[in-house]
Amino acid sequence: MSTEPVTMMVEAIRLDFELGAGTAQSRFLLGLADGELRGQRCPVCRKVYMPPRGSCPTDGVPTEEEVLLPDHGIVTTFCVVNLQFHPAAPPAPYVCAQVLLDGADTPLFGLVAGVPADEVRMGMKVKAEWKPREEWTTNLMNIKWFQPTGEPDAAYETYQEHV
Amino acid sequence: MAIPDHDALVAHHVLEFPGGYKRSLGPVIGRFLTELRDGKLVGVKLADGRVLVPPAEYDPQTSEATTGEYVPVGPGGVVTAWTWVPQPKRHHVLQWPFAWALVRLDGADTAMLHAVDAGDESKMATGMRVTARFREERVGHITDLESFVPEPS
Amino acid sequence: MRDIAVVGFAQSKHVESDTHHNEVEMLMPVIADVVKQSGIGAKEIGFTCSGSCDYLIGAPFSFVQALDAVGAWPPISESHVEMDAAWALYEAWVALQHGDIESALVYGFGKTSTGDLGEILNLQLDPYTVAPLGLDHLSYGGLQARAYLDTTGRSERDLAEVAARSAHDARDNPNAVRRGEVTADDVLGEPPVRSPLRPFDCAPITDGAAAVVLAAGDLARRVCSRPAWIRGIDHRIEAHQLGVRDLATSMSTALAGDTAGVASGAVDVAELHAQFSHEELILREALGLGDEVRVNPSGGALGANPVMATGLIRIGEVAHRIHDGSATRGVAHASSGPCLQQNLVCVLEGTD
Repeated sequence: MSTEPVTMMVEAIRLDFELGAGTAQSRFLLGLADGELRGQRCPVCRKVYMPPRGSCPTDGVPTEEEVLLPDHGIVTTFCVVNLQFHPAAPPAPYVCAQVLLDGADTPLFGLVAGVPADEVRMGMKVKAEWKPREEWTTNLMNIKWFQPTGEPDAAYETYQEHV
Repeated sequence: MAIPDHDALVAHHVLEFPGGYKRSLGPVIGRFLTELRDGKLVGVKLADGRVLVPPAEYDPQTSEATTGEYVPVGPGGVVTAWTWVPQPKRHHVLQWPFAWALVRLDGADTAMLHAVDAGDESKMATGMRVTARFREERVGHITDLESFVPEPS
Repeated sequence: MRDIAVVGFAQSKHVESDTHHNEVEMLMPVIADVVKQSGIGAKEIGFTCSGSCDYLIGAPFSFVQALDAVGAWPPISESHVEMDAAWALYEAWVALQHGDIESALVYGFGKTSTGDLGEILNLQLDPYTVAPLGLDHLSYGGLQARAYLDTTGRSERDLAEVAARSAHDARDNPNAVRRGEVTADDVLGEPPVRSPLRPFDCAPITDGAAAVVLAAGDLARRVCSRPAWIRGIDHRIEAHQLGVRDLATSMSTALAGDTAGVASGAVDVAELHAQFSHEELILREALGLGDEVRVNPSGGALGANPVMATGLIRIGEVAHRIHDGSATRGVAHASSGPCLQQNLVCVLEGTD
């Protein structure tokens, strides 16, 4: 046994939860299992939230109107990750981005692939690349990444309020 | 919007510090746990001579710094309050029915919280005497004191 | 001191477990209700303060997400306490004393069904000598109940009578989770969970939310026909370690009650944040409430315990009875920490 004074203690800390997604997020996740992207529209400001939150954070009211959104949109901003900071992350360099689906007022977070990292641009038009249908679950990871459609970039003025 | 029960998704979520959460003990708790590793219980003297167990850096009533003078206490003591646990929870220090108790060790003026492995609820009573049972292998952790047990009469 | 009153109070219809609504969805109708009741426009409210505990659902900053229920745009003046919303109300009351705002929205919420409340509350205990043993809230409740019975000579039947009365009173509370015709014999007939405490002696696991609107002087008089004026409010805390305290009494409650002025008038009604039956008896004694005082007509925390909102609800329930004229002067109490470590007392009064 050591004769050095005890100076540290290590304590295992663990809490387990059964976390409910709630109504809006359950509808969103169930939609993903069917390949649907379900947003919600605020009855006051008419903005379409993606992902849906069940509420409009600026008006504080329920957002019950569901809006089906297409799986394509534009990159409003992006980040090139050059550090392999986590083994589960894609091989660096990789690009993560905010993607504003056509018809949405808030962007979705996703990866951008199918284009060299240094060619990704704000305003770039992209479309979701899905996993094979038989692998779909109630999870946004059904979308592997977004890749460029080849169409001309969206003009900055058309998305500048969403940056 | 109302959804049917089966559409209300629930996921198992774990909040954890893998490998544990490390804390530095400082000189006062450090001294208490070092003595515990050696199979001994100590308290710290307050300015008015009373003995605080477990030791702390400050007098809980006057907020003055404690004196830094440690004195041996126990291993026997008196149960000042207790409760019986018929079905222990997964993190409880003992995994069979046991009592929690506040034990005022001999020589101490305050009580410390620990378990009493009494075997049966009928063996527990406020005012009963208990004695510390130490683990064979000790590392400097409060569980080096495995529990208290009723003092043989 | 400015005169500040409760001019609105709303709470959810609490349930044991709500898997259909996340925290925001649970809060939205409660906040909409209280703001409407107050007669003050949502964008007119001067300060917003909430009380909640991220550990209840294991989501850091869940209290920030909860602001989605408030509609915080244009940006609002806002604060949060990681404790019962009764303390959020205290902070709002202090903010109102400064004089540059006239109203405040206070809300609290908790989904205690999501995790294991005993394991979560264990983490508030001394991390070196107590928490690693796994002590949970039912266990330290049992310790305090034993200390109380040993010191006062009261019996387990006295505890059971509190439990039975609360269940009976909760029948008139549509928002309560546990209600029914239960006798002391029924309570005593169940095996203890942590002797001397039986299941009915312990507050039920509950998901729910509550909200209050405070208004100052003239605004309160304009929007509310019978404001519930806060005549005194104070909170005190005791030492953390259970073994250095006298668990059979609540010195901090007595001191907070004195400072808040409980004894300076008749008490028509008291709502006490007692999560165990023995706590009600300890708190009655600490506040000097005689047998004639109606305690916890709502059923109290034993009827519904949406942790982090329960204390705020006590204030709301007293205010509500002043608003509807069934009481003139009342005492509300809220508690935090193990074995009544920290206590808040609020004296409310309506004027005719």
